[in-house]
Amino acid sequence: MTRKDQDSLDTIFAPATAPGRAGVSIIRISGAGTKTAFQEMAGIVPPARQAVLRILKDRDGAPIDQALCLYFEGPDSFTGEDVAEFHIHGSPAVVSACLNCLSSFSGFRIAEPGEFARCAFENGKLDLSEVEGLADLIEAETEIQRRQALRQLQGGLTRESDRWRDELIRALALFDAELDFSDEADVDRAVFSAAREILSALAKDMRDALLKASWGERIRDGFVVLLAGPPNSGKSTLLNALASRDVAIVSDQPGTTRDLIEVRLDLKGLPVLLIDSAGIRESADEIETEGIRRTLDQLNRADLVLWLQSSVHEIVGPTPEIIGSGCRIIEIVTQVDRAHGTSRGDLSISAKTGLGMDRLVDLISTQIMTNFERGAESVLLTRARHRLAVEESLDFIDRALAAGHGTGVELIAEEIRLAARAIGKITGNVSVDDVLDRLFSSFCIGK
Amino acid sequence: MTGTVSRETILRSGFSLDHFDVIVVGGGHAGTEAAAAAARYGARTALITISKDSIGAMSCNPAIGGLGKGHLVREIDALGGLMALAADRGGIQFRVLNRSKGPAVRGPRAQADRKLYRQAVQALLSGEPNLTIIDGLVDDLLLDLDRKRITGVRLSDGREFTTGAVVLTTGTFLNGLVHIGPVTFPAGRMGEPPSGGLSRTLASLEFPLGRLKTGTPPRLDGRTIDWASLESQLGDDPPEPFSALTERIETPQIACGITWTTDAGHEVIRNRIGEAPIYSGQIDGRGPRYCPSIEDKVVRFGDRTRHQIFLEPEGLDDDTVYPNGISSSMPEDVQRAFVATIPGLEKTRIIRPGYAIEYDYVDPRSLEPSLETKRVQGLFFAGQINGTTGYEEAGAQGLVAGLNAARRASGADFITIHRTEAYIGVMIDDLVTQGVTEPYRMFTSRSEYRLSLRSDNADERLTQKGVDWGLVRGERLDRFALRHQELARARYLLKTLQLSPSEAVQKGLKVNQDGIRRSAFDLLSYPDQTLANLARIWPELTQISPSLVDRLENDARYAVYLDRQKRDIATYQRDESLFIPADLDYAHLSGLSAELRLKLEAVRPRTIGQAGRIEGITPAALTLLAARARKRGSASPARTQD
Repeated sequence: MTRKDQDSLDTIFAPATAPGRAGVSIIRISGAGTKTAFQEMAGIVPPARQAVLRILKDRDGAPIDQALCLYFEGPDSFTGEDVAEFHIHGSPAVVSACLNCLSSFSGFRIAEPGEFARCAFENGKLDLSEVEGLADLIEAETEIQRRQALRQLQGGLTRESDRWRDELIRALALFDAELDFSDEADVDRAVFSAAREILSALAKDMRDALLKASWGERIRDGFVVLLAGPPNSGKSTLLNALASRDVAIVSDQPGTTRDLIEVRLDLKGLPVLLIDSAGIRESADEIETEGIRRTLDQLNRADLVLWLQSSVHEIVGPTPEIIGSGCRIIEIVTQVDRAHGTSRGDLSISAKTGLGMDRLVDLISTQIMTNFERGAESVLLTRARHRLAVEESLDFIDRALAAGHGTGVELIAEEIRLAARAIGKITGNVSVDDVLDRLFSSFCIGK
Repeated sequence: MTGTVSRETILRSGFSLDHFDVIVVGGGHAGTEAAAAAARYGARTALITISKDSIGAMSCNPAIGGLGKGHLVREIDALGGLMALAADRGGIQFRVLNRSKGPAVRGPRAQADRKLYRQAVQALLSGEPNLTIIDGLVDDLLLDLDRKRITGVRLSDGREFTTGAVVLTTGTFLNGLVHIGPVTFPAGRMGEPPSGGLSRTLASLEFPLGRLKTGTPPRLDGRTIDWASLESQLGDDPPEPFSALTERIETPQIACGITWTTDAGHEVIRNRIGEAPIYSGQIDGRGPRYCPSIEDKVVRFGDRTRHQIFLEPEGLDDDTVYPNGISSSMPEDVQRAFVATIPGLEKTRIIRPGYAIEYDYVDPRSLEPSLETKRVQGLFFAGQINGTTGYEEAGAQGLVAGLNAARRASGADFITIHRTEAYIGVMIDDLVTQGVTEPYRMFTSRSEYRLSLRSDNADERLTQKGVDWGLVRGERLDRFALRHQELARARYLLKTLQLSPSEAVQKGLKVNQDGIRRSAFDLLSYPDQTLANLARIWPELTQISPSLVDRLENDARYAVYLDRQKRDIATYQRDESLFIPADLDYAHLSGLSAELRLKLEAVRPRTIGQAGRIEGITPAALTLLAARARKRGSASPARTQD
């Protein structure tokens, strides 16, 4: 049976290129839902095999990236199914935004390793000699996966997932003992409260971890760049220059920006959330004091701080709060068109004349990339898969916890089994023997 | 393949009296099902056993069914086997276990009168015209010159029979060694000789052998038990039969007694624990963790002050009592002292001490899912020899092995039962894919499709297959066809009777006012809703036969979960349709770890699905295998007949 025979089966997608920074990344989509996703994200489907340049949009209509888009009508495609390829800018952030959007389509999921190739074999698209050639390729992929897995082991999410797996097995063993050995005495009858305790704690841990990883949030909200500096250092001017539109009111009166202004930017294909803040100085003005407090609050959210100082004023350097926040800081001297001979800080710019603006954009994107790679270890695919696995598992745990008093033990056990299976996508199979091992070591079973 | 020649022509093409299409060795639960299945399929079959009288003997616990096992019995019945019918005739206390839990995990169980059960099996076998029963001890297998194909069997008295298909069901008889305290002696079951010749032959064929252990409790004289002081347990009233062919249970029903071990008894065991063969190092074989001996329970669960014992009479006119829960291989005097500490058993006489038995088994990963061995064409194994425990597990394997042996003889394709279809499929797949580390017993938790594989729908899952495979005909087929029709009609009725939310409220039903019309079937899936209740709204529902009510209610109860499971099943089927070449050279498959390579070489999975179930397999390794797999009917055909 092929995937094509079953409409119910998923449409799969994944980056076809290696993760990390690159000139171009290719996202490949295969399955019955391909055409729908193409239409919604990239507009009218072009004739098969004809490349078109389109703006990829997410489901709210917000642009993700400009992309070269290709459509292949099944069976004349790599997998034999309907296939689309989006050639997007090779930045992890863009790739993530694109993957995130695709995963929001019903019936779409990230492809398992090698699944495209597998589809191709199943549909007879590759013959034996091609298969021989591909084996080398797949092996290379495997090596990358092995290294990725090793890196993941050092990350919090994966360290936790082994424990979650054990906890799920413990909960499942409680129910299975009740189901498979209820006639053989000595099985503790208080399984419900014991299991509920395990599952509640587990659900909380998973939610915390998802929040901490906050990967999804970053992709959705963009990388947070905070503009800070003394009043009148040109923060709003820079924001406007970067955004190329008047979103902040720019004036020479100190303290004009009393609230925070956020603007979403596409900086070299990276999603950036630029926050303009109130100038930081001692102020008697109540509204402005509130603005400054909010600015300092934003430090917790920020991934990068641009510390601006005007060349026409005295150079003071970042405040202790900002240095203490641990954020990366780029010190920028602004308004160099209005003064002469100043060359302090990391960079001198003039938003008015455009001097140094290209270098600033480079600097910001380099910093973001470095941070991205540090945080995600450049393993978007597996990270996304892990997060989805945890979310899926959590969904089943929630169902198990929500089960009413009259729900059969076997139905609750089914939810936990599926939760364990979802986690198994990170940790490997959860086999019956794992459950039995746990069960036999906890209960005295057998007549 | 020889599809054009009829089965009968091939099977009956004039051979001598010493030739059979299929020879089954062993008359236990695997052997009898194998012989019956082969004979029913139309093969000229011989069952060779050490003692005709022992055919169908229950050598351990006098009970059939239970949790997980009850499913197997119903599945055997759905495929035309013997066990359910024999249990219905021999059963003296029927109880559905887990009755308070969901229908998917209920397990019908019956205690049986040993003699009645044995007689029932023997009577059922004597009704098979294609079956010949031969007394004798099979001492050797006859093979062709390069020892790749079975040609017959030789008995210890020198007689030889020729055949192309042998089903070996030797139970614990392979190098059996009994332990009672420090005393050991070779034996199959108590009082029967072990079969060492066969063990040697299998070893010479380089089948990987392992050693397992099982145990049995002392047997008690029921006349010396103080029944009056004990709690008693009755069966269900009315008893629910196993077989779809049984209208009602005619055998008189009895109660069994319940008692508990005491601290004093545990002390008796603790004081002499050094003499327990499982702790003295005398036993190598691995015993089942779910069936620990009493000495094991005392040592491992020392904080428990008592363990439950069921006192199960072994027959209506038999005073022997089976004390379920205290299997032991302690020295006889310890067993005696221990039993005397149990309330109600203070004066009880032990008829026969409990014992442990170690025996050889063959690593079941050396079998195909057909249960034919990978090494020798025409040689099949079923039952305890494959590392399983239990009559039901043995019987189910016997049925599959017997059928496939008969199909081998007639040139037909082997049949496979999938994990999605039956517990039988789960068990066989587990055995041939995972192997065993302790005696394998069925549990409902072994099935990932637990909610769809219920004991009450075994006929719907399997009987049509039984018909197609040549196992089911006659009365069973007629009844099945009739019930099938009734079910279809009832389901149609339930799905076509509909009402709107406001109509539902008028009838006193609580539903969301969402404007969606609901069928009677939808309503039936609500907690606590019953068909009887719905019949007050739609009187036509009273036409549905009472015998189908449970099943329809169960269907509705699980409907939403089963829809979810459909996707799982589709994925399973996809992976099962990708065949890995039988001669794949794992040694030269780059990218596999040494450990995985060894496992893959041991199992030689037939499909990507099976490979995926091997313990420790990685997605990367599966990808490598997928690159070598082909769909059935494309590049290389599946391995069936040569």
